[in-house]
Amino acid sequence: MKKSVFFGSLVLAGLAAGVAGASTLDDVKARGELICGVNPGLTGFAAPDANGNYQGFDVAVCKAVAAAVLGDPMKVKYVPLTGETRFTALASGEVDMLSRNSTWTFSRDTELALDFVAVNYYDGQGFMVNKNLGVSSAKELDGATICIQTGTTTELNLADYFKANNMSYTPVNIADDAEGQQKFLAGACDSYTTDASGLAASRATMPNADEIVILPEIISKEPLGPAVRHGDNNWGDVVRWSFYALVAAEEYGVTKANLEEVAATTMNPEIKRLLGLEGDMGAKIGLDNDFAKRAILAVGNYGEVFEANIGASTSIGLARGLNAQWTQGGLMYAPPFR
Amino acid sequence: MTLASDPPKEGFRLSMLIYDTRFRSITIQVVVLLLFLAGLFWLLNNAYVNLEAKGKDFNFSFLWSRAGYDIAQTLIPYTNDDTHMRALVVGLLNTLLVSVLGCVLATLVGTVVGVLRLSHNWLVARLMTVYVETFRNIPLLLWILLMGTILAETRPSPRDFRFTDAMREAGQTPEASMWFFDTIAVTNRGTSVAAPVFSNSLGTVVLPGNIPLSLNALVLMVVLAASFFGWRLLMRRAKALQEATGVRPTTWWQTPLVLFGPAAVVSVLLGLHLDYPTITRFDFEGGFQMLHSFTALLIALTVYTSAFIAEIVRAGIMAISKGQTEAAYALGLRPSRTMNLVILPQALRVIVPPLISQFLNLTKNSSLAIAVSYMDLRGTLGGITLNQTGRELECMLLMMLIYLTISLVISSVMNIYNKSIKLKER
Repeated sequence: MKKSVFFGSLVLAGLAAGVAGASTLDDVKARGELICGVNPGLTGFAAPDANGNYQGFDVAVCKAVAAAVLGDPMKVKYVPLTGETRFTALASGEVDMLSRNSTWTFSRDTELALDFVAVNYYDGQGFMVNKNLGVSSAKELDGATICIQTGTTTELNLADYFKANNMSYTPVNIADDAEGQQKFLAGACDSYTTDASGLAASRATMPNADEIVILPEIISKEPLGPAVRHGDNNWGDVVRWSFYALVAAEEYGVTKANLEEVAATTMNPEIKRLLGLEGDMGAKIGLDNDFAKRAILAVGNYGEVFEANIGASTSIGLARGLNAQWTQGGLMYAPPFR
Repeated sequence: MTLASDPPKEGFRLSMLIYDTRFRSITIQVVVLLLFLAGLFWLLNNAYVNLEAKGKDFNFSFLWSRAGYDIAQTLIPYTNDDTHMRALVVGLLNTLLVSVLGCVLATLVGTVVGVLRLSHNWLVARLMTVYVETFRNIPLLLWILLMGTILAETRPSPRDFRFTDAMREAGQTPEASMWFFDTIAVTNRGTSVAAPVFSNSLGTVVLPGNIPLSLNALVLMVVLAASFFGWRLLMRRAKALQEATGVRPTTWWQTPLVLFGPAAVVSVLLGLHLDYPTITRFDFEGGFQMLHSFTALLIALTVYTSAFIAEIVRAGIMAISKGQTEAAYALGLRPSRTMNLVILPQALRVIVPPLISQFLNLTKNSSLAIAVSYMDLRGTLGGITLNQTGRELECMLLMMLIYLTISLVISSVMNIYNKSIKLKER
């Protein structure tokens, strides 16, 4: 009997594009790990310590979110990102959130489709020079060669500042802070410019720190904060309120050390809501009621995080300044937990 | 009744599409085409759906908005008020500059090394082997970084060149000095070379696209071109005379006179002089400035690619039969003339096709420029513009298209050249 061959029709199946359908919160919970984009190396903000674990002011935000969502601040995978790669990495879903001293601007919020959920450090752009250059003001930098991190707001601020002051300069575009420090120390540029906090952090690690000065001019507003992808509002809420829990904790005097004690004795309803003793705050963002408590226990309150990583007692030695609590004349102001 | 029966009437069955050799090839082609189209559709649909999901559109209008950033080395005037499109062109010209210079230098160095590697001098041949094996077996990126570091770390900073009155009175000398009668200064940032300038300017015309062209330079170029054709005419006359009478007229003093005489006269009339680089507060100013990012990239691209070209040249020479050399020697030609007149012209036929791919490699490799912060196409369009506008897909596609175009142009030009040196068979 003749075997007949039948033609199967070509099935064009499985063409639906693999769009991340589930929410980031569900993804993180299912994965059991938070993927956090951080700076490859900026002492005090995000840098690996002697054991290779990332530590720092920005890293603490990742840890707080991991503690709030997964119950363990160590369940974070850190992805070091340069100024050029960070937003693409976030937009493509390579990282769940970005906590990498990134400036909140209009076009990043809209065009780049990001959501900055809060500001964890109010900063401004400054200049760093060697003392022997004899420069005491940024206005004297006409004709200088300046190292600048590419793909940053500082790149545009620099162009604007020199234009506004009718000065010229030669830009040397560098990829990250480590390269900037190396170029600056080698004398490939007269001045290195980035956020003033970043300059202080860089200066702290330089062997000849006392020969380096940071010029008085602050030429821009740089509100730095954690960012998430636009559109996943629930995940944005989780990151935002995990961070604000730290700020609120400082305001109410809740620290890592006294948290259990305060929780047992407090009569203040706002603190009770913050610590999940009253109401159902956690459930409203898809977490349990203890999320804020876990975040504070993991890293301490905002003031503790600041002092431990970049405060006056560290080698970086930044003053609280604008980043003090609003009750102390600063701009740190957590919306009410209500 | 007929003896031969009619051939059986062929009915078309579906199975014939597979088993009948007349149809099988068509069947396979149709299936492959469908699979290809499905793949293409999937890619496009994927891009579309994902852009939609992120709320992004796909358009190139960002190219006409203000760039806002500065670029260190530009071949055409550029300020941060110009558009992203102009920044793209600046980057493209920088890419072309380093690629063209790199191709020329790599070919020159590669040819010399390739020929010397066949030298009978044992030491020279071995040294060239070391050159080739060292440079082609270490990744290009490392060479670029190494060259950048060497230039930046070994040279003094600009302020070491400063020579103040106070220092002169104290009998001190500056830590570093310029070379060749103060015409060249190499600092840890760049090279400043004294540049020829004119004191009498004929004016400047601005070409479309805001590209200024000095009329002085234009006049000088026209004069030089005219001189060249004059010299060609002179040579042709001399050759015709030699062929007619057997005596070659004396031309040795006419050649430089015709070639450079008119240009020298024009230069003097226009007031040609050198603009020396001088040290200012931060860096050298005046003259011609070349940042080390460019130099390091150019040197690294040259040495790396020349190692490959040297091997291609050696292969080309060895492909020519030994009989050619022996025949040339028998005719009394010296070894150098044998190489230049007999071997190399024939070897070119073997050399040119693989040389094309080395040129293409060099051009594409120039996109590693970002390692030393040279602002090429990858640095402007694929770096800062991409990052400031967030148009990843558009920038990447545009960049791929531009590199593809450059590569196709190089390979078609080289193919034309290859055709012109091909063995002419009549």
